[in-house]
Amino acid sequence: MSREVAVREEGLLTVRELRIAFASGHALLPAVDGIDLCVAAGETLALLGESGCGKSATALALLRLLPAAGRIPGGEVWFAGRDLLRLPEAEMRAVRGGGMAMIFQEPATSLNPVLTVGHQLAEVLERHLSLAGQAVRQRALELLTAVGIADPERRLGEYPFQLSGGMKQRVMIAIALAGEPRLLIADEPTTALDVTIQAQILDLLRRLQAERAMGMLLITHDLGVVAQMATRVGVMYAGEIVEEAPRAAFFAAPRHPYTQKLFAALPDLARRGSRLETIPGQVPALSAMPAGCRFAARCAHAWALCRAQAPEWRQVAPGHRLRCHLDGGQGAAWLGGGVAVPVAGPAAEAPAVTPPLLAVDDLRVHFPIRRGILQRTVGHVRAVDGVSLELVRGRTLALVGESGCGKTTVGKAILQLIQPTGGSVQLLGQQLGERSRRALRPLRRRMQMIFQDPFASLNPRLSVGEIIAEGMRALGVAAPGQGGGAAIAAVLQQVGLPAQAAGRYPHEFSGGQRQRIAIARALAVQPDLVICDEPTSALDVSVQAQILNLLASLQAELGLAYLFITHNFAVVDHLAHEVAVMYLGRIVEQGRVDEVLRAPQHPYTRALLSAVPGPRLEAQPEFIRLPGEMPSPARPPGGCHFHPRCPQAIAACREAYPASSRLTPTHVVRCHLPGQEESALTVSGMKTPPCGGVTG
Amino acid sequence: MPDLPFLPVLLWSDLLIWLLLFGALLLGWLSARNPLLCAAWQRVGRNRAGIASATLLLAFVVVGLLDSLHYRPRLENGSGPAAGGSVGSAPAYAVEVLSLLDELLAPLRTRHEKTYSEPLATRAHAKEAIEVRTPDGELRQVRDYPRLRHGGAHLGADEARHAADIGERVLHGLALALLAWWAVAAATAAGLARAEGGTPRAAWRRIWHGDSGFAWNALLAALAGLLLPAVPMALLAVDYHVFGTDKVGQDVLYQVLKSVRTALVIGLVTTLVMLPLSIFLGVVAGYFRGWVDDLIQYLYTTLSSIPGVLLIAAAVLMMQVLIDTHPQWFATAAERADLRLLALCFILGLTSWTGLCRLLRGETLKLRELEYIQAAQAFGVTDLRIIARHLLPNLMHIVIIALVMDFSSLVLAEAVLSYVGIGVDPTMISFGTMINNARLELAREPMVWWSLAAAFVFMFTLVLAANLLADAVRDAFDPRLAGSA
Amino acid sequence: MLVYLVRRLLYAVPILLGVNLITFALFFVVNTPDDMARMQLGVKRVTPAAIERWKAERGYDRPLFINLAASGSERFTDTIFFSKSARMFAGDFGRAEDGRDIAREIRTRMGPSLAIALPTFLLGLLVTVSFALLLTFFRASYLDVWGVVLCVALMSISGLFYIIGGQYLVSKLWKLVPISGYGGGLDAWKFVILPVLIGVASGIGSSTRWYRTIFLEEMARDYVRTARAKGLSEVGVLFRHVLRNALIPILTGVVVVIPLLFMGSLLSESFFGIPGLGSYTIDAINAQDFAVVRAMVFIGSLLYIIGLILTDLSYTFVDPRIRFN
Repeated sequence: MSREVAVREEGLLTVRELRIAFASGHALLPAVDGIDLCVAAGETLALLGESGCGKSATALALLRLLPAAGRIPGGEVWFAGRDLLRLPEAEMRAVRGGGMAMIFQEPATSLNPVLTVGHQLAEVLERHLSLAGQAVRQRALELLTAVGIADPERRLGEYPFQLSGGMKQRVMIAIALAGEPRLLIADEPTTALDVTIQAQILDLLRRLQAERAMGMLLITHDLGVVAQMATRVGVMYAGEIVEEAPRAAFFAAPRHPYTQKLFAALPDLARRGSRLETIPGQVPALSAMPAGCRFAARCAHAWALCRAQAPEWRQVAPGHRLRCHLDGGQGAAWLGGGVAVPVAGPAAEAPAVTPPLLAVDDLRVHFPIRRGILQRTVGHVRAVDGVSLELVRGRTLALVGESGCGKTTVGKAILQLIQPTGGSVQLLGQQLGERSRRALRPLRRRMQMIFQDPFASLNPRLSVGEIIAEGMRALGVAAPGQGGGAAIAAVLQQVGLPAQAAGRYPHEFSGGQRQRIAIARALAVQPDLVICDEPTSALDVSVQAQILNLLASLQAELGLAYLFITHNFAVVDHLAHEVAVMYLGRIVEQGRVDEVLRAPQHPYTRALLSAVPGPRLEAQPEFIRLPGEMPSPARPPGGCHFHPRCPQAIAACREAYPASSRLTPTHVVRCHLPGQEESALTVSGMKTPPCGGVTG
Repeated sequence: MPDLPFLPVLLWSDLLIWLLLFGALLLGWLSARNPLLCAAWQRVGRNRAGIASATLLLAFVVVGLLDSLHYRPRLENGSGPAAGGSVGSAPAYAVEVLSLLDELLAPLRTRHEKTYSEPLATRAHAKEAIEVRTPDGELRQVRDYPRLRHGGAHLGADEARHAADIGERVLHGLALALLAWWAVAAATAAGLARAEGGTPRAAWRRIWHGDSGFAWNALLAALAGLLLPAVPMALLAVDYHVFGTDKVGQDVLYQVLKSVRTALVIGLVTTLVMLPLSIFLGVVAGYFRGWVDDLIQYLYTTLSSIPGVLLIAAAVLMMQVLIDTHPQWFATAAERADLRLLALCFILGLTSWTGLCRLLRGETLKLRELEYIQAAQAFGVTDLRIIARHLLPNLMHIVIIALVMDFSSLVLAEAVLSYVGIGVDPTMISFGTMINNARLELAREPMVWWSLAAAFVFMFTLVLAANLLADAVRDAFDPRLAGSA
Repeated sequence: MLVYLVRRLLYAVPILLGVNLITFALFFVVNTPDDMARMQLGVKRVTPAAIERWKAERGYDRPLFINLAASGSERFTDTIFFSKSARMFAGDFGRAEDGRDIAREIRTRMGPSLAIALPTFLLGLLVTVSFALLLTFFRASYLDVWGVVLCVALMSISGLFYIIGGQYLVSKLWKLVPISGYGGGLDAWKFVILPVLIGVASGIGSSTRWYRTIFLEEMARDYVRTARAKGLSEVGVLFRHVLRNALIPILTGVVVVIPLLFMGSLLSESFFGIPGLGSYTIDAINAQDFAVVRAMVFIGSLLYIIGLILTDLSYTFVDPRIRFN
C-alpha cells in the first residue's frame, strides 16, 4: 500500500515494467520489453523512436486497445490510483475517452466515414459527461471552436469526407478532448500532414494542453516535433527505453550512442555538403533479440560487456538516465567528432557553362473534370500549370511543395508517364513530346525515376536480378547472358548490396535495402537524369541518411543530374544546388539553395521554412502562421493563387497572377510584394531563366 | 493396333481433364520455382483442415481420372462370320464405350437386379409372385420377397448366415484398413525421420503433435477416415449391393462412383472455359482503360443482368434443339452425352466469367497505379510484357482462389440444373440425375431412401472437402489474410 | 445526386437493348425458326406446310434482321427482330404453346411467387445478419470457430436435399403441413410456411459467412479503434459503427435481388406445387416453350436492372459520400 501512495505522488500516469508481445502461431514475439515511464499533469513526455521500436504498441497498450494478436504478459499501468491492466473491461471503458484519450496518426481513416462530425462528438459527450439534447450540441460547438474550426455550426452536420486533412485532425482532437481527459496520448498526430498544417496542429495541441493542464504522451519519430513539444523525452529502441531526459538536457547533450547517432543522421543546415552519419545494420528482429545491449551490434563504441550483459538504468544527471555501459565521457562530443567529412561535388561552386541536360518549358498537365449526365468535361484540374525549369549534368534541382501541389506530376510528365497537356520537355536538346513510344525508347535510357514507396516500387514476384535486368533488356543496354549477370552484380555493388542479392526476392529486404535496389534498377541503364520522387520519405531517419549519402556519392562519381522531388527542406538543404518551390501547380520561387533558403522572398516559401520544426532548441525562427489549407487545383483562387492564405496580401494580389521578378541572375520569384519594383527586372511571360548553369 | 484387345476412345472431356491435370502439374512446377507461391502453398500445407480435405479430394480425383480413360472393348467374335480370327478382317469393337473404372467395377456394373433392393439385402424390396416348389414337389405361387440374383447369392440357401457374413466382412475390412493405415503411417514417420534426422518415434511424436511443417497428422487422419469405411465397403461390394439397387436394378454404389467424374468435369472444365475469358478481358479492361474498358464493362454488365439460371436454361434449351435436330453429328450415345456435358460446361463458363472478370479488372486498376508498373513503363517495356510479367503473376492468387471457390458451387449447380431438366444428358450418371430419379420414389411405401442417401453422402463429402480446401487456399493466398493468423 | 441517378437510369437503356439482342440471338440465330418448328411439331407431323403454318402463327415467317423485300423503314421494322423486340418492350409477350396469353399468366402468377419469396428474403436476412453479428461479436472464440464450421457444412448441402429432407420430416413424418399445393386467402400460410423455412435454412450457411467476412473487415478499420478509444462498449461499436459501414457492401448484394423476388424460386415452387413464376418457368423448360422462356429471360433482366438502380438509390441513403457528391 505504501507503494500505491508512492505511485500516486509520482504523477498522473506511471508505467512499470510494461511488456507487450504479439502472438504468432504458438509463439509470443515480444515487442516491448519492460518499459517504465511516468507522465505528470501538465507535462509532455515525448516517446521518440524509429518504426518498429514498439512506441505505438505502448500507446495502444496503455488503453488496452492492442489488436487481437497483442498480449500484455506483464507490467503495471497506474493511472489515477488504479492499475489499468487489472481493471475489469467495463471500468476500463470509463477510462478510455474519459480519463485518457487518444489521437491517431491517420485522421483520414480514424473517423467513421458515414457518421456526421456532430454524431461522433456527441457519442463521447453522452458516454462520459452524460449530457443529452441541447447541451450536447452546445458543448460540441464549444469543442469545435476550441480546436479552431471556423463555422462550427455547419461542420457539426458534415461528414468526414467533406473536411480537409488538417480539419479532420482537429475534429479528432475535439473528440479526444470531449471526455475532458486528464491525459492525452497522441500517436504521431502530424505525420500524415503537411508542414504548414503540422505547425498549426502542434500549436493547437500546445495551447490546449496549457489551458487544461493535461498530461500528454506524444509518440513521434521526428526530433523537430520533440523539440517543439516535449517537456521530457524518452528514446525507444527495439522495445526498450534507452534514454530519458528533460528536454533541455536531451538537446544539449544526448548521452546514449543511439540518440547521438539519430541526431547525426539528420540532414541539417550545419553540415551541408558533408556525408551524413549513418547507423549501420538494422534493428534486430522481434524473434531474435540479442542477449546483451540491443544496440550493441550497431554501436561504434560497443565493447565486450555490451554484448554479454544488458545494461541497467544509470542516472547521469537529475532526471537524465540511460541504459548504456559506456561512461559519460563521450557524451559531449556528439556534434564535432570527425563527423563532417566533406565530399567532393555538391557544394555551391559553380559549374562551367554547359548546355542544359533537361529543359522544361511551360509544362502543363490538366486533368479533365467530368460531370453531369453525359460526363461532359466541365473544367480541369490544373495539376501542373506552366512549369519551366532547367537542369545541367551533375547538379541537383529540388522541387519542393506540400502534397497536392503537383510536384510528382511534374516528374511523371517529364518522363512521359503522364501525357503533358502543353509545354515542352527537352532532354539533351531533343523534344520528348509527340514522339511515338518506339521513338521515345532511346531517350528513356537517359532518364530514370526512383519512387517514393520502396514496398510498392518493386514487383514482389520477380527476383532482384530480374527487376534490374528488366530495364537493361527493354532498352537494350547489356547483352543478355553472362554479360548481363556481371552488369547486374556491378550495379548492385555500386549501391552497396552484395552480388548474391540478385537471386533473392524483394520481400527478403528491408525498406532501405529495397530503396537501394530501386536505385540500382535506375542506374542499370546508365541514365544521365534521375528523377527522385520523395525517395526517403517512407524511411527512418538513419536509413534516410544512408540513401542520401548514396545518392550524393553516385552523383559525384557518375555526374548524374537529379530532379529531387520532396517536401522536406532539411533534405533539400543537404543535397540540392537549386530549389524550386511549387504552390498549386506553379513554381512560386526558384533559385540557388542559399538564396532561397537563407533569403526567401515569397511569403509562401517563408511560411514553409518557418513551419519546419528544427531538431534543436535555439534558433527556431518565428513561426509564420498560414491560415487554412491549400485549395483544390480544380478551382484555384483568382489572382495570385496564394493570396487567400498570404499574411501580406495586397489588393493587386487578388487581381492578377504576379509575373516573374528576377532578384539576382539565379533567383526568381513570382510575387507582387517584394519591394524590389525598382531593382528587379521583370521578366515577361512565363519563361523563367535557367536556374542551373549560368551562374558566374 | 489391330491386335489391341480394345480401341482407345478419347472423348473431348477426357482430353480436357488430362489437359487440366497437366495444367495443375505446370502450376505446381511454377509454384515450386517462385518463393512467394511456394510459401503460400506451404501455408496451405500447414492448414490441417485444408490438407485433410485435399486428401479426400485426391481420392475423388483418382476415381474421376480412372473414369476418364475410355475405350471400346473388342467383341468376342463368337457369333460373327469372321470367327476364328481370320487375318484379313478388322476386329469389331463394341458400340459401348467403357472406362478403366468400369473395368475395375465390372462386377458392380454388370450385376443387375430386377428392380429396387435395399442396401446389403438378399431379397428384393417389393413382394412379387414367385413359384415355390413345395416339399412334395408341387409348384405353388406365393407372394413373397424374391431372392436377388446377385446380392448375397454366394450364401445359397443359407440365408440365415446373412448378418454374420456381413459382420465378418466388416470386421475383416476394418482390420485390413487399420493394417494398411498403420503401414502408411509408419512409412511416413520413417520417411520424415530420415529426411530430418532423428528416430521414427520422435518423428511420429512430431507428426502427432502437429509440430512438422506439413500437416501430416491431418493427412493421416483423413486417410484413416477414408480407409475405415472404404475397405469394408469394398469387401462387402464383392457380393452385396452396398447401397442397394435402383429402379432398373443397377447398383447404386456404381452410380455414385460414376457421378464423381461428372461432378469433377462440371467443376473443373467450366473454370477452364471461364478463366481465359475473364483473365483476358479483366486485365485488358483494367490496364488499357478508356473505351476498351467501357466496352468490356458494358459486355459483362449486360451478360450478368440476365439472371443466371434463366440464361443457362435458355442456352441449354437451344443446345438441346441443336443436338436433337442434328443426330448425324454423333457416332455413339456416349459421345453425344459427353458433348452435351461439355456444352453445359461451356454455357456455365460463358455465364459465370463476369464475376471474376470484374474482380480482376478492379485489381488491375489498382495494380497499374503501383510504382513498379510505372517503373517498367519508364523503361519503355511493352504493354504485353508488363501484363505478362508484372500484372498476371500478381493476379494469380485471385485466380487460384476463384478457381477453388467456384468448384463447389458448380458441383451444387449441376444437381439443381439436372433436376430442372437443363443439366447433363439424362443417360449420363450424375448426382443430379440420381437425385432426380430417386426423388420420385420417396413417396413409395416403404420408402426407397438409399439412392438419395448415397448421393447425399458422396456429394456432401465432395463439396465440403472442396469448400474447406477453398478456405485454406484463400487464407494462404489472400495477401490481406496471409499476414494475420 | 439527382444527376447521378439519372445517369444510372440512362445507363440501363443500352444494357436492356443488349440483353434483348443476346436473347434474340440465342433464340433465333442459334436455331432457325424452321428447326424450332420441327422440334415443336415432332418428327411425325413435320411437313413443309406445317412448318410454314407454325411459323406464320407466331410471326416467325419474316426475315431475322433485314427485310430486303420491304422498302423504306419497313426494311428494318418488318423483321422478326424488330417486331418481337418492340412488342416485348411494350409488355406483349405473345402466347404460350398452350395458347394462353403469357403476360396475363405472369401477372396472375406473381402473387404466389411473392408470397414465398418475400418472407424467405426478409426472414433470411434477419436470421443471417443476426447470426453473423453474433459470430463477429464472439470472434476468435470457440463459438465463432464452430459457427463457421457449421456454416461451411450447411453450404455444402445441395438445396435439393434441404427441400427433400424438409418435406419428408415436416410433412410426411410429422404431418404438420401439407406436402404441396397452394391456396389463396388466409389458408395460404399452411402452404407457405414450409417453403419459407426451408428457403431460409438453405441460405444460412453462405450468407452468414459472407456477412461475417464483411463485418470482420470493417472491425479491422481504424475508426473502430477510435470508437473503442472513446470508451464505447463492444456492442455499441458493433451496432453504431460497424453495422452502419457494413451496410454499404451488404446492400450491394441484397438490394439487387429484391425485384427478382417476383420471379419466385424455381426449386421450391416446383417441389411444393406453388403456381408461381418459378414453376411456370420450369414447366416451360420441360415443354420446350420458347416464347415463355424468352419472356422470362426478358423480365428477369428487366427486374435485375431495376435492382441495380435500386442499389444505386440505396447507396445514397447509407453513404453520405454519394449523397453529397
